Amino acid sequence: MTVVLVFLAVIAVIIAWWLAQQRLASKPWLEVGHLHDHRGNQPVPAAKIGLAVFLAVVGALFTLFISAYFMRMASSDWSPLPLPRFLWINTGILALSSVTLHWAKLEAERQNDEAARTSLLVAFAAGLAFLVGQLFAWRALSSAGYLLTSSPANSFFYMLTAMHGLHIVGGLAALGRVTLRTWDAPIDRQGRLSIGLCATYWHFMLAVWLVLFALFSGWANDVVDLCRQLLT
Amino acid sequence: MVDVRSGIGEAVPPAEVEDVELYHPHSWWTRYVFSQDAKVIAIQYATTAIAIGMVALVLSWLMRLQLGFPDTFTFIDAERYYQFITMHGMIMVIYLLTALFLGGFGNYLIPLMVGARDMVFPYANMLSYWIYLLAVLVLVASFFAPGGPTGAGWTLYPPQAILSNTPGGKDWGIILMLSSLIIFIIGFTMGGLNYVVTVLQGRARGMTLMRMPLTVWGIVTATVMALLAFPALFVACVMMLFDRLLGTSFFMPAIAEMGEQLQYGGGSPILFQHLFWFFGHPEVYIVALPAFGIVSDLISTHARKNIFGYRMMVWAIVVIGGLSMVVWAHHMYVSGMNPYFGFFFATTTLIIAVPTAIKVYNWVLTLWRGNIHLTLPMLFALAFIVTFVNGGLTGLFLGNVVVDVPLSDTMFVVAHFHMVMGVAPILVIFGAIYHWYPKITGRMLNEALGQLHFWITFLGSYAIFFPMHYVGLVGVPRRYHDLGEAAFVPESVHSLNAFISVAALIVGAAQIVFLFNLVWSLRHGREAGGNPWRATTLEWQTPETPPPHGNWGKELPVVYRWAYDYSVPGAPEDFIPQNQPAPGRVSHEAAS
Repeated sequence: MTVVLVFLAVIAVIIAWWLAQQRLASKPWLEVGHLHDHRGNQPVPAAKIGLAVFLAVVGALFTLFISAYFMRMASSDWSPLPLPRFLWINTGILALSSVTLHWAKLEAERQNDEAARTSLLVAFAAGLAFLVGQLFAWRALSSAGYLLTSSPANSFFYMLTAMHGLHIVGGLAALGRVTLRTWDAPIDRQGRLSIGLCATYWHFMLAVWLVLFALFSGWANDVVDLCRQLLT
Repeated sequence: MVDVRSGIGEAVPPAEVEDVELYHPHSWWTRYVFSQDAKVIAIQYATTAIAIGMVALVLSWLMRLQLGFPDTFTFIDAERYYQFITMHGMIMVIYLLTALFLGGFGNYLIPLMVGARDMVFPYANMLSYWIYLLAVLVLVASFFAPGGPTGAGWTLYPPQAILSNTPGGKDWGIILMLSSLIIFIIGFTMGGLNYVVTVLQGRARGMTLMRMPLTVWGIVTATVMALLAFPALFVACVMMLFDRLLGTSFFMPAIAEMGEQLQYGGGSPILFQHLFWFFGHPEVYIVALPAFGIVSDLISTHARKNIFGYRMMVWAIVVIGGLSMVVWAHHMYVSGMNPYFGFFFATTTLIIAVPTAIKVYNWVLTLWRGNIHLTLPMLFALAFIVTFVNGGLTGLFLGNVVVDVPLSDTMFVVAHFHMVMGVAPILVIFGAIYHWYPKITGRMLNEALGQLHFWITFLGSYAIFFPMHYVGLVGVPRRYHDLGEAAFVPESVHSLNAFISVAALIVGAAQIVFLFNLVWSLRHGREAGGNPWRATTLEWQTPETPPPHGNWGKELPVVYRWAYDYSVPGAPEDFIPQNQPAPGRVSHEAAS
């Protein structure tokens, strides 16, 4: 559960940092009449904060899955499964999707609506391709005899990729909605915000995938071992 | 660093907080059923939670009938008894308490108390309720599924939860339970995002964090904890569903059943316990923190005195929220662990007593020389303090590893957690309903019926749970359908059990009085007016009662002072609303 504690510590630091700016040591009973409200007149859009909080929840979810993975991995009967080459291509596709979405965001901010729309479409297609690629990876593994129940590493692999895939499906739904909305009208402030939020979510899911990929391929173990040696 | 600035003569722009576009309902359906108004959603949440809570209440009656009068009610066999235990626990903790405090009070009070028109994401808020309702329906469906609901105990520990000799283990029971929890968590996340972001971004001009009522502090801290803790339950449920449906072995060790080797192997039941209690312990405080906050406001209002040590109260809420995320393994002392871990978790557990004790002292000091009105909300608040101290003290016993080991799995534990997270928060819920009902409906609840309800509930729950501690100290184990002939169980325990059961029946019946009062007062209650308790917080200052969609009429309120200006020396009245400017400036506006 060390992974979870590290994650909690990060969240705690963020909350503490934010609380430290909120004048928690002030004496509100002495401050009658004065507004003392240090919020600016241009608040951060609520949707941005909402996405940040949501990503913290998703982060907690995957951190818990990963710490379960580490706890299970410590047992003696653990045997990692060989990763299909396919996953490298999938990783590339997801990265491409993330990059084009970022591109879309930049183009929308520069008011190049046409370019933004094209890159949105490319990002959507790449996201879809990633999902299809994951299905192919599943098929390659299961036809090679690595079934869901045949070893704990397999179970974790299928479950975690399924979880990640479901989050990508949700992201694609949101992305599709944004793409349709911005299709025939000029991209306004709301549209730019939505595209930016999609990009943030996509980068986050890419990061989660990279962590999972590192976990499955065994590099994460080396990092963890290194940390352990540094600590002891 | 005294920072006294009265700000007299300073020009204040009225509302620089951006006003929001509200969704305007077009039909009866979107106004009252698929409503995006947080107040309607709150009432929907509360009604559903109370309805399913009544089911859990009946289940507790059935269990008490069996314990008090064994062999009398033959339809309560061992299997049914375990199903009742499981459903009672799960419904009360998650579908009643969590949903009512966060979904009910959170939705109603957060926008009103911070001066917002509505939650920031009304559509997600509406979805949150309907997904919660779906979770409740899936849970209820398990009563009618073949094999009945799961009887694994509310902790759902594997491997027994999905073995075929546990009720619901091989049938639908456990599947429906796990699915229902997963659905609940998805719905809660949508609501939870709303509560947090509304407090962060939706506050009215002048409503700094340190001017928020403690109710909001409690609810929002609990929500943050829930957002971080519920994923653990989600993970545990998903993995157990995989084990049950797809044959993986996340939690299932190699195990034989009825002389037959099952296909499972290598999984870790302890892993489930870690995940479950990583959620389960914060859950205690997810229920307790909103209760702490609400009680602070009730006491301050009905004792006509500012809350003692407001800053300390805020810090204590935040510290309790943080600490409670790192105490989970004290539920697992008997599962066995590294002694150093046991020491760590015992220490963190006992440290939580410090901020909690600070809160209790501050409540008592708020009452000290206050102008105490023994109204119904105040009675319930006082009852809460007493009950919470009682339940908390037995928690200090159980927090120690050496004391916990012999007491674990006895009725002592049952008595402890019912006092501290059953009775205590429920008393706050009642107090809060008596307090805010006038704002929600425009009418007061009936006082005589309320007094009847209070005294039976308060004294009755002591009649139930005080003797239960002794039953536990004697060594009577929990989760036993029938004690049978055990040498260590004296005859007196059996008569005590019968007494407890009778008390439980009476207390349960008293809740019918409460429900009747809720319905009857809708039409026949005394007209309340906008601010019957003469309270300072924003929700009592709305232009109309009950507040309409959008809450504030044309202009958002502006906040000039903290939430506890009661009995200010020299003020014409014994309360000054939060939106009243400092004296010497536009005082006629406040009077109107």
